[in-house]
Amino acid sequence: MKLILNEEQQFLKDTAKSFATEKTPVNHFRSLRDSNDHLLWDKEIWQEMVNLGWSGILIPEEFGGSNFGVAGISSIMQECGKTLTPSPLFATAVLGAFAITQFGSQAQKEELLPKIVSGEITTALAIDESSHHNPAKTEFSATSKDNDYVLSGKKIFVVDGSSADILIVLARTSGNSGEETGLTLFIVESDADGVDTIKLSMADSRNYANIIFNDVTVSSERILGSPESGGETVESILDIGRIAMSAEMLGNAEAAFELTLDYLKQRKQFGVLIGTFQALQHRAAEMFCELELTKSSVIAAMHGADENSNELQRLASLAKTISGETLHLVSNEAIQMHGGIGVTDEYDVGFYLKRARVAEQIFGSSKFHSERYANLTGF
Amino acid sequence: MEQLENFRQEVKSWLDENCPASMRNGADPAIPTDEVWGGRKAQYKNPESKIWLDRMGQKGWTMPTVAKEYGGGGLSKEEVKILNEEMWMIGAKGPLLSFGIWMLAPVLLEYGTEEQKKEHLPKIIKGEIRWCQGYSEPGSGSDLASLATKAEDIGEHFLVNGQKVWTSYADKADWIFALVRTGPKEPKHDGISFLLIDMETQGVSTKPITLISGKSPFCETFFDDVKVTKANLIGELNAGWTIAKALLQHEREFISKFGLASAMGSGGKDIVSLAKKHLGEENGKISNGFYRSEITAHKIKEHAFGLTLKRAGDEGGKASPTASMFKLYGTEHNKMRHELMVAVTGINGVAWDGDEFDDDEKNLTKSWLRTKGNSLEGGTSEVQLNVISKRVLGLPS
Ligand SMILES: Cc1cc2nc3c(=O)[nH]c(=O)nc-3n(C[C@H](O)[C@H](O)[C@H](O)COP(=O)(O)OP(=O)(O)OC[C@H]3O[C@@H](n4cnc5c(N)ncnc54)[C@H](O)[C@@H]3O)c2cc1C
Repeated sequence: MKLILNEEQQFLKDTAKSFATEKTPVNHFRSLRDSNDHLLWDKEIWQEMVNLGWSGILIPEEFGGSNFGVAGISSIMQECGKTLTPSPLFATAVLGAFAITQFGSQAQKEELLPKIVSGEITTALAIDESSHHNPAKTEFSATSKDNDYVLSGKKIFVVDGSSADILIVLARTSGNSGEETGLTLFIVESDADGVDTIKLSMADSRNYANIIFNDVTVSSERILGSPESGGETVESILDIGRIAMSAEMLGNAEAAFELTLDYLKQRKQFGVLIGTFQALQHRAAEMFCELELTKSSVIAAMHGADENSNELQRLASLAKTISGETLHLVSNEAIQMHGGIGVTDEYDVGFYLKRARVAEQIFGSSKFHSERYANLTGF
Repeated sequence: MEQLENFRQEVKSWLDENCPASMRNGADPAIPTDEVWGGRKAQYKNPESKIWLDRMGQKGWTMPTVAKEYGGGGLSKEEVKILNEEMWMIGAKGPLLSFGIWMLAPVLLEYGTEEQKKEHLPKIIKGEIRWCQGYSEPGSGSDLASLATKAEDIGEHFLVNGQKVWTSYADKADWIFALVRTGPKEPKHDGISFLLIDMETQGVSTKPITLISGKSPFCETFFDDVKVTKANLIGELNAGWTIAKALLQHEREFISKFGLASAMGSGGKDIVSLAKKHLGEENGKISNGFYRSEITAHKIKEHAFGLTLKRAGDEGGKASPTASMFKLYGTEHNKMRHELMVAVTGINGVAWDGDEFDDDEKNLTKSWLRTKGNSLEGGTSEVQLNVISKRVLGLPS
């Protein structure tokens, strides 16, 4: 596995870079935040992304996608992360597209994948139930009744949950909370009877929801993958999500760092540029090193995913741990090195801090993934 | 493709015939092992070490990519990969450790004249001449460019006077590559030259230095009216600083590999197994949660650092200012690794001498102390941070 992008992936990254800098600079996010728009992403922008083929990157050609792989979509996520571009890319083009492509029945693929590719539907993955990510602790229940299942319980912190048309929901069909077995994934329409969506307001001003299922009836044909093997299935979907999210977080960190370096080269105090102060120079150099380690981890993880590496789980946890820690560091230092304007709403750097802390929580914090890495490696 | 396949077969059979039994997997553990640095003063506990060095040196495979006319192997990148793979397959030992290979040869190739390359490269590659590095002086460490050892023009020769310090293996080396001041009136960076000096020349003497870890290979090196032919000047007069810096990048790249547990200097012990041995194990996990999380954090960084070295290679990495990052990270990481190993080994991790402790424990103490020099030699960590901030990040001075 070579830790570089191939031509195709580099091309996607370059396209995404021009798109993000031209169409969705940070001001695009700012105006969405200020607009009280309920989507918190822009339909026209999403349609343009769809037209570029981004919704189908993880989808096979027979269903209209391009099958460019995890490295392709992650590179796009990284560039969008630099300008904090909000869009359904993560929940739909990564999570939904991967889940259905990889585990869907032929009928489910034929029905849903072309609609994802065309932008007709968006999706969301509903996993978490408490303040810390822990899929094994799922209590949300699905009880079989004739040929159907009845879903009941509450899912929280669902990314794009307040706008998604299709929800992929992790439910317990047997066993007890804490067990990795007895879990099943269901595909549920968000407008089904008994689905109650509560929009969340989070620090990063992105689209999230808590979703309550009041005895929602779902046909057994809507099981994703095989019943009772949802634990494994969901980990494999989550790992792809973790890798793509790590790429976005790397992009966040790179941009916050760049913004800070620019400031060090332009702000004067004591009659000199603040970038001449060694106390700041060394901290900047340390961040540079951490960013380099993060790039390597992310690229290894995304290639690992495309090559179906048997190290995939460890690489995903490595990437999520390192990108979380680096973004944490950089987002804090960025504020400090900006001085007072760093803590004003008018200046963009604070957006990176808020996004950082929320993204760190998505599908497991650095601590969650350090523990997972340790368990997987036998420490 | 077919050509490469043929090459692989050639390498296989050559190794099969030429790599002595004690230099590969399955060697008799009773046979003593040598740290082979070559040179005129080399001594071998196992004669096969010397045979292996000579054979590999004859092939030029100690520097496989260097052209054959300079004694190298003349191999392509793909062929080198095959050579490495085949050596790895049989567990063949590297035949030679060498400052000549790691530091001097790359700059000779870049800056040396045709005669200089033909004179020195074959001897480096065959391990006939062992080199040491004469950079630091008592008054010039981080501020290397302030160095004072002077070389006066006396016609055909330079007359060298002054003192170097920290010269690793000066007492064992045959030649030294030294930075000397040839332009006392020029600004400090513009008055330095890069000079090669035979250690057997009259007026050169060395004195060993004892470190906190005990006896060391480091020396003070003295030059008293040492006559050196001008043919040994590398590059232009007073243009030595550029060469000095280029060489440092090669040195830093090499030192940075110490960061990886697989590299030398750890006493071969893994922190995880040490921790399980000394702190106990529950359900396959290190029992002490505090140490377990510290070790995990460290191992995760190590994994990412290893991937970063690999990425630099995949990107076709030539030595560049980012070598400072590898030097910095690698050495700081290595220090941390040793701190953790000492910590999990507990009381036995700070053993010094005597029969109450085993050799691994006593060696761990010494290597832990030795790692403290890693972030000093080859430019301190602070200096690496300076290089990164100025030359990589473009921050103002
Ligand atoms: C084990 C070992 C092996 C060595 N091997 C060799 C060798 O083979 N050949 C050779 O030529 N040299 C060798 N050296 C020398 C080494 O390169 C120097 O020790 C090193 O460059 C530091 O110089 P110094 O010891 O004079 O410390 P100083 O330069 O006096 O530094 C003291 C402290 O001040 C800090 N400092 C200095 N300048 C700055 C600055 N501008 N900004 C911020 N902080 C600063 C340093 O980081 C350090 O913390 C070796 C050293 C050691 C310890």
